[in-house]
Amino acid sequence: MGSLFRSEEMALCQLFLQSEAAYACVSELGELGLAQFRDLNPDVNAFQRKFVNEVRRCDEMERKLRYLEKEIKKDGIPTMDSGELVEAPQPREMIDLEATFEKLENELREVNQNAEALKRNFLELTELKHILKKTQVFFDEMADPSRDQDEQVNLLGEEGLRAGGQSLKLGFVAGVILRERIPAFERMLWRACRGNVFLRQAEIDNPLEDPTSGDQVYKSVFIIFFQGDQLKTRVKKICEGFRATLYPCPETPNDRREMAIGVMTRIEDLNTVLSQTQDHRHRVLVAAAKNIKMWFTKVRKIKAIYHTLNLFNLDVTQKCLIAECWVPVLDLEAIHLALRRGTERSGSSVPPILNRMETKEIPPTYFRLNKFTKGFQNLIDAYGVAAYREANPTPFTIITFPFLFAVMFGDLGHGALMFLFALWMVMNEKPLIAKKSTNEIWNIFFGGRYIILLMGVFSMYTGLIYNDVFSKSLNLFGSEWFVKDSNQAIFRRKTTMLDPKTGLTDYTYPLGMDPVWQVAENKINFLNAYKMKVSIIIGVIHMMFGVMVGLWNHQFFRRRVNVICEFIPQIIFMTFLFFYLCILIFHKWVNYSAKADLDPALINEGAHCAPSVLITFINMVLFKSSEKVGECEPYMYGGQEGFQKFLVVIGLLCVPWMLCAKPYLIYKQRQLQHNKFDNVNGGSVMEEGGAAQLGAGDAAAAVPSGGHDEEESFQDVCIHQGIHTIEYVLGCVSNTASYLRLWALSLAHAQLSEVLWSMVMRIGLAQSGWYGGIVLWAIFGAWATLTLGILVLMEGLSAFLHTLRLHWVEFQNKFYAGTGYSFLPFCFESMLEAAQNAEVD
Amino acid sequence: MGASFVPLMIFTVIWGGVGIVLPFLVPKGPNRGVVQVVLMLTGATCWLFWLCCYMAQMNPLIGPIISWKTALVMQQEWGSGPQPAD
Repeated sequence: MGSLFRSEEMALCQLFLQSEAAYACVSELGELGLAQFRDLNPDVNAFQRKFVNEVRRCDEMERKLRYLEKEIKKDGIPTMDSGELVEAPQPREMIDLEATFEKLENELREVNQNAEALKRNFLELTELKHILKKTQVFFDEMADPSRDQDEQVNLLGEEGLRAGGQSLKLGFVAGVILRERIPAFERMLWRACRGNVFLRQAEIDNPLEDPTSGDQVYKSVFIIFFQGDQLKTRVKKICEGFRATLYPCPETPNDRREMAIGVMTRIEDLNTVLSQTQDHRHRVLVAAAKNIKMWFTKVRKIKAIYHTLNLFNLDVTQKCLIAECWVPVLDLEAIHLALRRGTERSGSSVPPILNRMETKEIPPTYFRLNKFTKGFQNLIDAYGVAAYREANPTPFTIITFPFLFAVMFGDLGHGALMFLFALWMVMNEKPLIAKKSTNEIWNIFFGGRYIILLMGVFSMYTGLIYNDVFSKSLNLFGSEWFVKDSNQAIFRRKTTMLDPKTGLTDYTYPLGMDPVWQVAENKINFLNAYKMKVSIIIGVIHMMFGVMVGLWNHQFFRRRVNVICEFIPQIIFMTFLFFYLCILIFHKWVNYSAKADLDPALINEGAHCAPSVLITFINMVLFKSSEKVGECEPYMYGGQEGFQKFLVVIGLLCVPWMLCAKPYLIYKQRQLQHNKFDNVNGGSVMEEGGAAQLGAGDAAAAVPSGGHDEEESFQDVCIHQGIHTIEYVLGCVSNTASYLRLWALSLAHAQLSEVLWSMVMRIGLAQSGWYGGIVLWAIFGAWATLTLGILVLMEGLSAFLHTLRLHWVEFQNKFYAGTGYSFLPFCFESMLEAAQNAEVD
Repeated sequence: MGASFVPLMIFTVIWGGVGIVLPFLVPKGPNRGVVQVVLMLTGATCWLFWLCCYMAQMNPLIGPIISWKTALVMQQEWGSGPQPAD
């Protein structure tokens, strides 16, 4: 039997590892990924564990690697994954790695600091260059064109010598300030100096790079003229306050020209040095980028191994570590091999010992899954992980889930769209996985690609049977209905009703729904009757299948009590009442036909006399006998009344059977055990025990067993049985009705599809003229978007949810316990994946 | 309903083949059991679904109500049904 039907048999093993070999052995077990270690030091603080120093060192290494990775990403250098298996390094290699990372980090920090200093210098020189250029403009403007072009132009000209006969010496400061601050700066200067200073400013066209933040900012050059020392101090203070940088600017043009040349040379030198620094940094990062992924993997593996080693118990006297782990029984050989490999690698002489322990604890649930079954198992696990070794619903879900979805979704066109999308995902699996997308919604769709693929295929099939392609029907075999009336008869009436007596051939449309129904105005009436019946049939069969799986569980766990006391009454109850309902449905389909009305003798089998299956069923359960209406027989076959009464009586008898049989048998069993126990102790005790039991013996009601503690007190058994019975009996009725959602959703889907066609697409198709083509193109776009958004996505999600509910509740409450916990082995692969996902977030 | 059993035969054979015959042909491997269950369930569910649709239409108790325009087009395109043999 494939292991997907039941979870694997697990064994609790004790592992004795020599301290030197422990690291290598754990590394090998991590690569294998088949052992779940238990924490043998649960009350020890994380900081007091044995290998806490090593874990700290690993954390430090990871921090350095993260810094390196950030720098690499900043420069946009691609990091490559070689894809080879990187093994966890030996403990002595860890020191080498630490040294390498330390060196790299220091080098990188140094380079970054140097670059920053150089950039600051560069900025200052650039600003100085701009100042020299702009102030030249200011001085040029002040020069009077009428005067002689004298090199030495006095700034003020005549006016400076006029007032008071003394030459007024104007001082000035030149500097650079952020462009945004200029208006406020001007205002402040005006107010503080009472309008006695003169500001000229000019914008610098290129943005300059701020050395600390790396942003590009726009700055302006300004020059302030003032008279006297007081104003000078004031102006300097205001410049400081506005974070403007002041530069010494020579007065004479000659000096300025010399300075400009000097500045240009220095800028060029600085540029060279800066580019060389950047090159060096780039080289260092490229060299690191080659190995960084491998380093990350190594460090993470080391950390995982030490975390696991921290779970072990140290036996100080014997210098060995003790571990406890859950291991699948079928893989014990593989574990032995891995341990042997580890011991050889570490060069230890003492082989590790693996002991299988007997335990009463419940082992974890382990299923071997492949990429196909993993999706379906996730669906089931989301409700509850299977209890240890109980029947797994997944292999059945692989088909029943897409099938029930398709019954609700049935449309050939929409199914085809879904199928194509899933097919694309499946065909391009490998490149899509390698992309490691972080979009959660995409990851959900991609993880369920096989589910969507099957849902699409089945939807295409049910769409074919419902004969629904984007709300139109296919006419593959020719309709079996025909119009016989003459043209005048048709003209006279607004609608023509085709009578099945006369308008139907002797054959039935072979594949699915006859195409005539799509153009009929009472299509919903016919389809409703059909779909409701189909839903009930499918539902009852699904539930009976669930009860059968329960029987399989009882047989596997050798619970004969359950077979007699639970399974048999359950199946009788369901079959006698609900499967009988399905048989009635089939009987009505076969035996009642409109054509029988042609023969007056067969009036009881005609359409006029066909009894309602629902009313028949309700009357059956209420023990009401139906009377003859007109000429029609209320019953479908001879002896129906008596037979139905018999079925209901037996069905109702099953309820006390379910309720009382098992508690009574358990009570009898415990009595026997009690007797045996008392017999061992001696005769007199038996008399007392006998008297006590006689006193307590008659009532089947709650009797707590005195003295010894059983697994469950008798009270609990009775209560559990009561709950179980009520759940089953009421559940049968409500769950059967719940399956009617298959009808409801398929109706909603078909109607939405029809509305979309008749309200949107038909308008486009009805356009005429050459511009009609353009209108049709636009309307098709709208129709396609609405089809995808509403019918495929929204209805698809809705049907998915309802199918999930049908499985989780209606199917699984017939047999599933779902109280287990998952097997989470110590596995490097899953740990690395989790770390990568966490890092991206 | 004599010859109308032909579709019944065909589809029963097809889905019976899928659900009963193919499981014997599944190659041995770790997934044999699962593939067999998948084939059997596919055959059973698809056959049941087709059968219900077929049986529901075998003896319809009501007929379609067609608007007069559609009825005229039906008569023109699909004919007026089997003519009685003269």
